Amino acid sequence: MLATRAAQALPNGLVFKTSLFKITKWNSVLVFLSLLFSIPLAVIFGSLFFPEYEVWEHLRATVLTDYIGNSLALLVGVGFFSLLFGVIPAWMVTMYRFPLSRQLEWALLLPMSMPAYIIAYSYTGALDVAGPLQTMLREFTGWQYRDYWFPEVRSLGGAIAMLSLVLYPYIYLLARAAFIEQSVCVLEVSRTLGCNAVDAFRRVALPLARPSIMVGLSLVVMETLADYGTVQYFGVSAFTTGIFRTWFGLGNSLAAAQLSALLLMFVAVFLYLEKRSRKQARYHHTSSTYSSLMQQRLTKRQGFIALVVCAAPLVFGFIIPVSLLINWAVDTYAEVLGKDFYLLLFHSLLLAFVTSVLALAIALFMAYSNRNSPSLLNRIMVRFVSMGYAIPGTVIAVGVLIPFAWFDNSLDTLLMENLNINSGLLISGTVFTLVFAYLVRFLAVSINTVEAALVKIKPVMDEVAKTTGMRAGTIVKRIHIPMMRGSLLTALLLVFVDVLKELPATLILRPFNFNTLAVRTYELANEELLAEAAVPALAIVIAGIIPVIIISNSISRSRPGHE
Amino acid sequence: MNNAIEIKDVSLSIEGRSILEDVSFGVNEAGIACLLGPSGCGKTTLLRCIAGFERQHKGEVWIKGVRVSNPAHHLPVEQRHIGMVFQDYALFPHMSVRDNIVFGLKNLNTKMVTQRLDELVALLSLEKHINKYPHSLSGGQQQRVALARAMAPRPGVLLLDEPFASLDIELREQIARELRQILKHDGITTIMVSHNQLEAFAMADVIGVMNDGQLLQWDTAFDLYHEPKTAVVADFVGEGVFISGEVINDKEVETEIGIIQSAVAHEAGIGKKVRVLIRPDDILHDDDSSMTARVTDKAFRGAEFLYTLELESGLRVLSLVPSHHDHPMNEPIGIRLEIDHLVIFPEK
Repeated sequence: MLATRAAQALPNGLVFKTSLFKITKWNSVLVFLSLLFSIPLAVIFGSLFFPEYEVWEHLRATVLTDYIGNSLALLVGVGFFSLLFGVIPAWMVTMYRFPLSRQLEWALLLPMSMPAYIIAYSYTGALDVAGPLQTMLREFTGWQYRDYWFPEVRSLGGAIAMLSLVLYPYIYLLARAAFIEQSVCVLEVSRTLGCNAVDAFRRVALPLARPSIMVGLSLVVMETLADYGTVQYFGVSAFTTGIFRTWFGLGNSLAAAQLSALLLMFVAVFLYLEKRSRKQARYHHTSSTYSSLMQQRLTKRQGFIALVVCAAPLVFGFIIPVSLLINWAVDTYAEVLGKDFYLLLFHSLLLAFVTSVLALAIALFMAYSNRNSPSLLNRIMVRFVSMGYAIPGTVIAVGVLIPFAWFDNSLDTLLMENLNINSGLLISGTVFTLVFAYLVRFLAVSINTVEAALVKIKPVMDEVAKTTGMRAGTIVKRIHIPMMRGSLLTALLLVFVDVLKELPATLILRPFNFNTLAVRTYELANEELLAEAAVPALAIVIAGIIPVIIISNSISRSRPGHE
Repeated sequence: MNNAIEIKDVSLSIEGRSILEDVSFGVNEAGIACLLGPSGCGKTTLLRCIAGFERQHKGEVWIKGVRVSNPAHHLPVEQRHIGMVFQDYALFPHMSVRDNIVFGLKNLNTKMVTQRLDELVALLSLEKHINKYPHSLSGGQQQRVALARAMAPRPGVLLLDEPFASLDIELREQIARELRQILKHDGITTIMVSHNQLEAFAMADVIGVMNDGQLLQWDTAFDLYHEPKTAVVADFVGEGVFISGEVINDKEVETEIGIIQSAVAHEAGIGKKVRVLIRPDDILHDDDSSMTARVTDKAFRGAEFLYTLELESGLRVLSLVPSHHDHPMNEPIGIRLEIDHLVIFPEK
């Protein structure tokens, strides 16, 4: 009795029919894959067993406080401004009608398509000493450089602004989804109990949305800690730049791995805090009926204020930087677009395509084996693989490079000793390494998408199909694939775009002379050729808009009471 | 003005479609009124007008002698001092039962808050649940919490939107009676909305039947049933059929089932073509009667059967018969008419 109860309580209607750790053909492959993809993480934490006292003594005496202090300052600053830019517009576009509010609903997601390093390049180009704004200021006033104060973009504050402007959509997205999902009745009842609109937001809507907002915040935290391009360009010493410097500057890979482990502990703390806050506040909606949301029309004056407040993050996070990029691209495209650029484009698209197809295939395999022979072991393994998304690209690169180089060297030694063959570097420094690292980082995206789709296909649907005499293959073809087609495409596209945008892991792991759009943008920007960087940067931004469209469509379809 | 709530000629249309048309009624202090009607009749919109969630285009709403709205002026919901219980209760899921109940208590010191909380908890028997969260409560308990929350600030009027719709059918009438006692104990003026006449009968002092945005009749349950003013009300409240006939004199109508007599005079003109309402309790089963009808359907209701009987003319009527009279289908049984008061409407 208790067992069936427990089985009913499980999500997705999964039933533990067998022991928790049953080993079958399916899940032995699954376990193998999971272990394979957790090698980098194991290496990173394994490095802690081989302390490099000297290097650490050096780090502690010089830069470690900077790394920790700056990373913390980034977290606090970016967290605060992302909340501000995310939650307030989310509430306003959900509850009120004002000029352009309908358009802002989806447009506020657009900055998501901007990798932080690209927005950093464009603002630097515009606001630097030699940039158009300061030049104009000097011409206008006759001042000389240093005669006046102008905010320095390339600073900690600048990095906070850049990251907040492109990361706030995570919070906006989740906060809006939470506000939409809230029963209108709950808000209305608070009005009957004497709350005005602001009280209702503060006392009811906001606390109810808090778990979702926390999830958004944790994504922002993860992305902030993972950022390399922005802090590197702005010269802010943070963990990621520190790992780079330790490896390539000090030439100590072990210490770089240990620094990575420290960064991961940071991430883990925030993930834990997020999990805990969600657990404490798992709100069951007490309302099952949803009256359609009555959006309140604002007066002209209020509407104007709302428009300014809500449009600001969009204008600064997308419209201005994209306009700058377009402006530069117009100047430079003639010289940039050439054979080299098309090769770059080809490399990027190929990498993204191969990775996304592989990720989808692996995700499908894992999700199905989890569905067909559900066991605790499978679930743990799948969760474990999904952790890759929380690991910064820099850390993954370190975690991949160390074991692969070791493997190559050992193999080379072995072959030399026994067969006198020089195998050289077999896998490290190849595209294979790069794709592997991408998979470690982005498998979570496809696994989560595929699992969410598969959950909707209740086991009872399979059973119904079986009663009509369908065989397993036919069931997959006639029921599963049609039901999941959209989600599979989404999984493919999300990984595709993530790979296209990825910078630090690509930078470290790419084969010699092998360039991608992201790396080329980075190189040009670092050579102070910002105008030339605009074309590849725009290509990345345009690709980045695809997932924004997917996400905004799936949200508008999920609104209760709406088709 | 003596009424606690006064609705005067309220009309409202949404996107050109008329939702409420010239609705007027009043509810006296401590009275319990129910707006009864099929879904889409405008009853919930009317309730939301009183609460302040909707704005009428014409007419006035008065609460406790204060005009809270007319087309030009609209007091915001939070200033109307009303309490409202929503159909699904809409408890705040992130707050305990205690915090839900005291949510609306502002400008009170801790002692007064505790005192009011204790009163309500005792009144609604919520002692055991005070620290629980809404999702762990049953439907009936949730309803009582929602009620306590709405009553806590001592609102001038309590509005209940389909308060029983989320409860198990078996519980509804019992809970309705309990709720009535609680409201009467607190002497709180209440308007509820329902589409279920049994709930309305169990709860309300006075019932307003609504259809297509119009208030058809404002009356006690007994009078609605026995003296419906329109055919729509007669049709909606209770069961029954209409039989065509012609008025012979002020107490008799000739129909195909014979001359129907009533004890009380009616006002229809002699010679008029009319329709007579025949309730199931107007047709009695009598084995000695010469008039017979064939059983075409029967529904067992415990103490009685509701028979559908076909007369020789093919006309079908309903009859409530004690359940020890169990007749098989198609059997002709004797019937007799017994009507105190003729309910007649002009022929369409």
